[in-house]
Amino acid sequence: MFQNIGEMVLLLWRTIQSLPLIWRQRAKVFDQLFEIGNASLLMACILSVFIGGVIALQTGVLLVDRGLGSFLGGVVGVAIAQELAPVMMSILIAGRIGSAMAAEIGSMRVYQEIDALRTMNINPVHYLVMPRVVAIALTLPMLVIFAILVGWFGGAMVAAYNKHIAISFQAFFNSLRDTVEFHDVRNGLVKSFIFAIIIGLVCCHQGLVTIGGPRGIGRSVTKAVVNSIVLILIANYFLTRVLINID
Amino acid sequence: MNGPASNHSGVRVQVRGLRKSFGDQPVLRGVSLEVEPGETFVIMGPSGSGKSVLLKHIIGLETPDEGDILIEGESVQSRGFMDKYRMAMVFQSGALLNSLNVAENVGLYLTEHRLKSPEEIRRIVAEKLEIVGLTGSEDKMPSELSGGMKKRVAIARALVVEPQLILYDEPTSELDPLMAVTIAEEIVNLKARIHVTSIVVSHDRDLAFGVADRIAMIADGEIIFVGKPAEVRACTEPGVRKFLAAEFKLNKT
Repeated sequence: MFQNIGEMVLLLWRTIQSLPLIWRQRAKVFDQLFEIGNASLLMACILSVFIGGVIALQTGVLLVDRGLGSFLGGVVGVAIAQELAPVMMSILIAGRIGSAMAAEIGSMRVYQEIDALRTMNINPVHYLVMPRVVAIALTLPMLVIFAILVGWFGGAMVAAYNKHIAISFQAFFNSLRDTVEFHDVRNGLVKSFIFAIIIGLVCCHQGLVTIGGPRGIGRSVTKAVVNSIVLILIANYFLTRVLINID
Repeated sequence: MNGPASNHSGVRVQVRGLRKSFGDQPVLRGVSLEVEPGETFVIMGPSGSGKSVLLKHIIGLETPDEGDILIEGESVQSRGFMDKYRMAMVFQSGALLNSLNVAENVGLYLTEHRLKSPEEIRRIVAEKLEIVGLTGSEDKMPSELSGGMKKRVAIARALVVEPQLILYDEPTSELDPLMAVTIAEEIVNLKARIHVTSIVVSHDRDLAFGVADRIAMIADGEIIFVGKPAEVRACTEPGVRKFLAAEFKLNKT
């Protein structure tokens, strides 16, 4: 485990060092941006509507029973912006994009494509890792903004049309506007940026250390997704602690 | 070409006391050899004898447990070594990048190092593909190629580098005899054209005796004999004799 952590820190450092080459690698970054957006937008939309809906449902019934229904928009707004959108979108991206990254790089490793790059004096970190980490770090925060908006809409829908809650769109969004502040959304974006770096590094690293044949690739993909999710949830707690103190 | 050390002369390769183990399994047990500039040196031996691992050490893909590899007196493990010398390797599987088409694979070195304009790269790629008999295959993906075609594309990719040292890992495996001869001719032509140092790993005896200036026999991670093809044929060392004399003697009753 400590070896993996050490290798990932080294990979992060090498990725940072390769950032000046970002313009040269822009075509690969754009390819990855398209890949990530294309593969995850619809899923992000569906996930966000239902996350917003279930939060509104769970908290709405409780709040309305206690005569606090007017706070529902704020509760749903903050929960989605600060926690649910960044965490759920990161888990989605780890499962959908991170797994594909680990599989692609892992298969390149197994079939000696990475060795071939090295013999041509092409650094695999510049060629494979940096474009992917940059693309995921740009896309995930954008996806989180989208997920926040769709999640709020999903919450408002459930609040309006569920007969036990029955809070109008206007009342929901008035509460949301009064409660949610800029730093709530900003914190969500900061978290998602850091989660994106975690996903990119963990998945690329797992790909690069793949050994064996197809079974090795499968093992790497599983480890990449599981490790990403575990690290996201651990990092989420500590980031929340730090961001609360800053606010 | 504006890459590192833009001359076409081959380089001297020295392997000194190379040892490598994977876990408890020793693969190379103190290998030492020397390859002269412009020489075609064949390393021959049975499967699992450590040939490919030795080749990977020579190009810096593996780090030795003990010993060193020197190119023109400089360790391949030294910092910035790859920037100084142009080296290429033709992998046994071809190791083409599956996400790129043939032209992109062949031109990858020039594209990534920004050594030529896109038009120049297209011209060079077409020229190298013509050499290996694959004119018109530029837009094909690796998945559309046969094993032999992949190997020829890999050779074209190596040629683009204009290498001073070129390493071939089993260049004729998976090839029909006609294509094996074509590849062997290309190895010889390349030496004549750019005086490149070539190290060929193979268990193909016909290829070895056809292209080699010198042959090293390796068995169980140790070099057991080095000499010119005629000397290898005349060698009485049991390991060499056994390898060279091996043939099918099947009872078909």
